[in-house]
Amino acid sequence: MSSETDFTLSIENLTVSFDGFKAVDDLNLYIDKNELHVVIGPNGAGKTTVLDLICGKTKSTSGSIKFLNKELTKMSEHEIVRAGVGRKFQTPSIYENLSVFENLEISYPKGRGVVGSLFFKRTDTVLNKVYEIAKEIMLFDALETEAGLLSHGQKQWLEIGMLLIQDPQLLMLDEPVAGMSVKEREQTAELLNRISEGRSVLVIEHDMDFVARIAHKVTVLHQGKILAAGNMQKVQNDPKVIEVYLGH
Amino acid sequence: MSFVYEKLMGGKSGLTGFIILATLILVIFPTFLDLFRLNLVGKYLTYAFAAVSLVLLWGYGGTLSLGQGIFFGLGGYGMAMFLKLEASSPENTAIQSTPGIPDFMDWNQITSLPWFWEPFNSFTFTILAILILPAAFAYLVGAAMFKRRVGGVYFAIITQVIAVILTVLIVGQQGFTGGINGITDLRTLHGWDITSNNAKYIFYFVNCFLLLGVIVLSRFILTSKFGRLLLAMRDKEDRVRFSGYDVSNFKIFIFCIAALISAIGGAMFTLQVGFMSPSFVGIVPSIEMVIFCAIGGRMSLIGAVYGTLLINFGKTTFSESFPELWLFLMGGLFISVVMFFPNGLAGIWDDYGHYLTDRLKQLKDKFTTVVLNREPKQLAEDAG
Amino acid sequence: MGEYTYSELGSILAMQGFAGISLFSVLLLMALGLAIIFGQMGVINMAHGEFMAVGAYTTYFMSSLTESYLPTLMPYYFLIAILLSFLVAGLLGYLAEFALIRHLYKRPLDTLLATWGLSLIMQQSFRSIFGAREVSPTLPDWLMGSYQPTETIDIPLNGMFVLALTAVVTLGVFYLLFKSSWGLRVRATTQNRIMSGAVGINTKKIDRYTFALGCGIAGIAGAAFTTIASTGPTTGSLYIVDTFMVVVFGGAASLFGTIASAFSIAQAQSILEFFISGSMAKVYTLLALVIILMFKPEGLFASKVRR
Repeated sequence: MSSETDFTLSIENLTVSFDGFKAVDDLNLYIDKNELHVVIGPNGAGKTTVLDLICGKTKSTSGSIKFLNKELTKMSEHEIVRAGVGRKFQTPSIYENLSVFENLEISYPKGRGVVGSLFFKRTDTVLNKVYEIAKEIMLFDALETEAGLLSHGQKQWLEIGMLLIQDPQLLMLDEPVAGMSVKEREQTAELLNRISEGRSVLVIEHDMDFVARIAHKVTVLHQGKILAAGNMQKVQNDPKVIEVYLGH
Repeated sequence: MSFVYEKLMGGKSGLTGFIILATLILVIFPTFLDLFRLNLVGKYLTYAFAAVSLVLLWGYGGTLSLGQGIFFGLGGYGMAMFLKLEASSPENTAIQSTPGIPDFMDWNQITSLPWFWEPFNSFTFTILAILILPAAFAYLVGAAMFKRRVGGVYFAIITQVIAVILTVLIVGQQGFTGGINGITDLRTLHGWDITSNNAKYIFYFVNCFLLLGVIVLSRFILTSKFGRLLLAMRDKEDRVRFSGYDVSNFKIFIFCIAALISAIGGAMFTLQVGFMSPSFVGIVPSIEMVIFCAIGGRMSLIGAVYGTLLINFGKTTFSESFPELWLFLMGGLFISVVMFFPNGLAGIWDDYGHYLTDRLKQLKDKFTTVVLNREPKQLAEDAG
Repeated sequence: MGEYTYSELGSILAMQGFAGISLFSVLLLMALGLAIIFGQMGVINMAHGEFMAVGAYTTYFMSSLTESYLPTLMPYYFLIAILLSFLVAGLLGYLAEFALIRHLYKRPLDTLLATWGLSLIMQQSFRSIFGAREVSPTLPDWLMGSYQPTETIDIPLNGMFVLALTAVVTLGVFYLLFKSSWGLRVRATTQNRIMSGAVGINTKKIDRYTFALGCGIAGIAGAAFTTIASTGPTTGSLYIVDTFMVVVFGGAASLFGTIASAFSIAQAQSILEFFISGSMAKVYTLLALVIILMFKPEGLFASKVRR
């Protein structure tokens, strides 16, 4: 086990097996401060499982996940979030029956306990933060809209906004541009570039053009193992990667 | 003031509904019903506590408990134990082989008061027990289940099984509990005759105020961030969890509150009806409470009260004249509410109520224009 | 237990064990039906006990009919009654699925409540048709009497018969689910409903027949039930909670788990019953189950699945 590091996230020897099947196999992955790291790989490579492991949804079989030198594998989901890890799900996971405003307000990191939530007040600080985030995610005009009525792309942004309002040090996004129009993709790329300043971002994505636009560093997963890592160009020219993933 | 108005009363429409309900139970019923009927309504209103608790737990929290009878029963038995001990003073029970213990204990050859009955000699303890024990029990069950992410149908079934266990236990241990007949012959509270007309009126009003208080408390919970979180959890539990909330704590809390509310209803039941028995604890009463709530509207605190009143009026009326029809009717009603009107009466009112209010408004306008705005000449003509 | 000698204790265990076997058989038959329905569709059928009662009443009806019109056929009617119980309960189940259940698949808690409403209606129907009194069919002679391997052990024949019946039904279900092409389609639908629909399996039809099959098996449970106790309008509701516990304890999707769990619950209750009162035996059994389930909510035999 490594000692103190400067990495925001350091994953070492991480393994998880389901009834003998190793979905993630002896994985090592490091993410720096201010780094926008993209994980790619064919279906079933274990990408989403890695996110599940980091955010505590799945418990690892062995290995360690350190976030700002704190071990995450022993913590429960809400503790991991409170430590500063935010995660967006593959399909937009927002509260469809609540307004955009309420969606953001619920995600505001105050009044997280039972008593706190009972006596939570909508102060100016809360309002200003919600407005600020709503502008960031291009939904300021839709604040009073019921979230279920948003377009697919806007839902993705809203979920990103719900994470941003918590100001996480590590932001994990599972396929943030899936189902988006070309224009929305561009706006999302800009959004990601903006928000990766001051924090680390881990993205899972299939769209290679999009990856090329945003990634500082790319890791290619295959069958639960790392096949290649480095900048986009290096990865794209790696013969192993071409064979399993980009080749067809 | 605005805080009270918005938060506790739920704004204008909520306040109107609340005032109408309060007027109905505090003014109209006492004015127009004889004491026997009023006492009956009082009994129904104690079930309404359980129905309201299910609005919180099931309607908003998405967690169905098929065991609210447990808590209703614990509250009711707590009160009954105190009243029974008062009724079993050595002077009153001098003919027993062991004077000073409840009659059913004497019949079952028990010769001294069991340890868990002792503290119920104190009224303070009894009140605290009613307020704390059911909630504490709910905490134990809730913590064990919700921390392990057990919910949905499993939770419903486990709570139902606990209700069965409690009923079988009460019936089987008749020396300690009064068995199938329950704890009966409750007469006085601190020497005050609880069967007197005077006491019945007072209990009725106390019950009404407690119920209205519970509704206000529930409104406060539901209009706070807690309430929005409950709805959010019902839709996307994982999202709430991954927004940094310990979901289980919220569920445990609302389950405890629901238990507390039901227990208050149970205690008021004992005071107004004068006995408590296992038939208010088990599967059937527990599911009936769900029916009251479902028919009134699982998302409406006030609807739950009307649902309770309506079903119980119906039950009393029908089972007097057509006992056979009642179960068919109730079964059919339940199926159709679940299938076609998941939000119950309150939902129907929300969807179609405006036709009625619009029509009333039209009539009022017509009345105002036709009758009040007539020219004096016309009036004179009418007068002939 | 000090007052019993070892040989007496052995006989008690053996006899209570065999008494437990009748309970085990009925519980298992009930649980099989419920587990198929729950495992397949995620539907909790609160009226399952009433489908058992349908089987029991069908058997009673057949017995009265045979006794009045064809008394010579009395030795054989029971076998036909079993088949008819299956068919009648299955048919009613088919109708219930068509009229009720299929509209509520996405709302499991609502299904639970709607089927409760159905159970109320069914109970009242029993009361209106057969009366509030408990009834028992006249059993054929070959089901009476008992087998005595030693002087102290006395095994009733009806228990043996019910056990054999249960074994046949269980094997039949096993064959149907795991060896037939229909079973393959059922299991495919359980695993991935959308995909199954996409490859041309009529999932709606599968659901309807699965539900009917589950109810039909409950009907057989009802026929078996008549050999050990009499039937009243609320008989079904007395068994539903125990049946739930069997299914949940066994881990809803596992046939072996259901058998093991029905056996342990029935035996625990039956053997405890000899030493303490029946009601306390039930309290202890259920309490033990609830506590175990609180620590192992997925049941005893559920496999670890990748979420």
